[in-house]
Amino acid sequence: MIASGTRIKRGLLIAAALVLLATPGMTQSVAERLAPCLACHGENGTSTMPEVPSLGAQPAYFLLIQLFMFRERLRNVEPMTSMLKGVSDDDLRRMAEAIAKLPAPKADETPLSPDRATRVRELVAQHRCNFCHSGDYSGQENVPRLAGQREDYLIKALRGYKDNTRRGYDAQMADVVEPLTDAEFAEFAHYLARIN
Amino acid sequence: MSKHRRVCDGRIGLAVVASVLWAVTPSAAQDGAKPAGKQIPHEIHQKSSVPGRADIPNAEVAKQLRGIAPPPIATPLEKLPLPQMRLPNGFRAEVYVSGIANARTIRLTERGTLFVSNRVLDKVYAVVDRNGKRETKVIASGLDRPNGLAFHNGTLYIAEGTRIIKFEKIEDNLDKPPQPVVVYSDLPNTSSHGWRYIGIGPDGKLYINVGAPCNICEPLQGTAQIRRLNLDGTGAEPFALGVRNSVGFDWHPANKQLYFTDNGRDWLSEDLPEDELNRVTARGQHFGFPYCHQGDFTDREMGWGRSCDEFVKPVAKLGPHSAALGMRFYTGRMFPQQYRGGIFIARHGSWNRTKKIGGDVVYAALNRDGSVRSVKPFLTGFLQNNDWIGRPVDVEVMRDGSLLVSDDFAGAVYRISYGAPRTASR
Repeated sequence: MIASGTRIKRGLLIAAALVLLATPGMTQSVAERLAPCLACHGENGTSTMPEVPSLGAQPAYFLLIQLFMFRERLRNVEPMTSMLKGVSDDDLRRMAEAIAKLPAPKADETPLSPDRATRVRELVAQHRCNFCHSGDYSGQENVPRLAGQREDYLIKALRGYKDNTRRGYDAQMADVVEPLTDAEFAEFAHYLARIN
Repeated sequence: MSKHRRVCDGRIGLAVVASVLWAVTPSAAQDGAKPAGKQIPHEIHQKSSVPGRADIPNAEVAKQLRGIAPPPIATPLEKLPLPQMRLPNGFRAEVYVSGIANARTIRLTERGTLFVSNRVLDKVYAVVDRNGKRETKVIASGLDRPNGLAFHNGTLYIAEGTRIIKFEKIEDNLDKPPQPVVVYSDLPNTSSHGWRYIGIGPDGKLYINVGAPCNICEPLQGTAQIRRLNLDGTGAEPFALGVRNSVGFDWHPANKQLYFTDNGRDWLSEDLPEDELNRVTARGQHFGFPYCHQGDFTDREMGWGRSCDEFVKPVAKLGPHSAALGMRFYTGRMFPQQYRGGIFIARHGSWNRTKKIGGDVVYAALNRDGSVRSVKPFLTGFLQNNDWIGRPVDVEVMRDGSLLVSDDFAGAVYRISYGAPRTASR
């Protein structure tokens, strides 16, 4: 899936990131802490890296919970778990607040299929996605923004909830994805990636 | 400590590579940015999600129906909601222990050790009181939704999502707990209602809830029930059926019957159904889920061809979406007569309701025959401007008759006492 050049680049970025985060005992500014994060997730809130989510305009509380889960290995995903090892609660909070201020990600500009959009609206009505994620999919509190998220990442996340490789912080998404199919995940991802 | 050391080691190994690369990476990541593209037309979908009703609910209403996640970080001691708490005259609240994020089930031992569990996090704690100085120790971590706790003859039982484990002689080994032993693991791995509640009955058996793996469905075989088994894990059998998800039960001190709370289904309406307080008078009784709710109406999808008369009715209704969880018969002597012999019930509070309710501890007074005479608010104040500042989960009676209340929102345990101010041990 990932071109080998990208894979190498990503590996090196992770190496760089680990180095930059690993400065215990030394006070780092939030900007310093975030630099390695944004190298992969995108400085302007939009990720260009395959399967790495865009973080711009994510709700701060959602971000804090995810950062906390990585640190505590409740979400065991490298390099995130290593990068957040030993980071204090206060620093997690500061990082979440700073990331939340990044601009919203830029939507995929390839055309939105009207048929697929119609299908997604039906699915949304059935599964009430908009209740928690908001009508414009900007998210709220502990619920992530979906508008403009990377298509490949959305599919990855939904699959993870479905096969239990990504255990949610609470059980809400597990209930929602239980009756959904992989084909439907693709429809959601196509639609959400293309709205601002 | 060791965490830091691991990171440092990595740093040394990678420093050279990284220092070269760092300069190029941020801009490389941004290469894809921009041309101002055409706006893709789409309707923001914010109308109804209720079939056939395009007008309800609107986006603002819908937002209020979302689930609220418990914070992963505990509220600092000085910001705990003590000033907002309300109790009947003569009662007072204090903080028993703070700083335990997602504090869920609480269990006290005869020696005074308090065990505290997690649901969305992975730890179980022991709080030891030595002459009023309390020390909190993590006794197990990396557990899978370890919500359920029971303590019996020196052994701590912990119910995770798919197994029950035990630590023998735990109080002698709080600083270096022994390896846990798996007692029972015949439990379904479901995310929905996949956390457990356990208790050890007057018959010396271990009782466990196995919730329905859904909001509303024909439950999988072996789910939507309270099961009981021997302490060694053998002899498992269903004890109560038609139980959607019980996260609190206790036995009547005199007649030894099991009383349990049960959470009603969501997405039916603001006001229906109510959560239930039930009483089991014989093994194998069915309490209605998914066919009948709150003992008096059939489900709009699952209830066709059914009647509520087929099922055991609740002894009390506890409010719609109120999330009644932990409960304890009050066996202490500190509180006035009117609080003796009844049940304190923690209501965690609603999510699937625009105007939140619950988030309190209520007292259910019982008649001599074990039926419920009244249910009245006891500890309130956690709901401020339709937002939580705390959410009670479990209650436990201390030896001196005071009542402990856990709060998984603020990450604390409070102690409620009656009469002249005197603290537990100070």
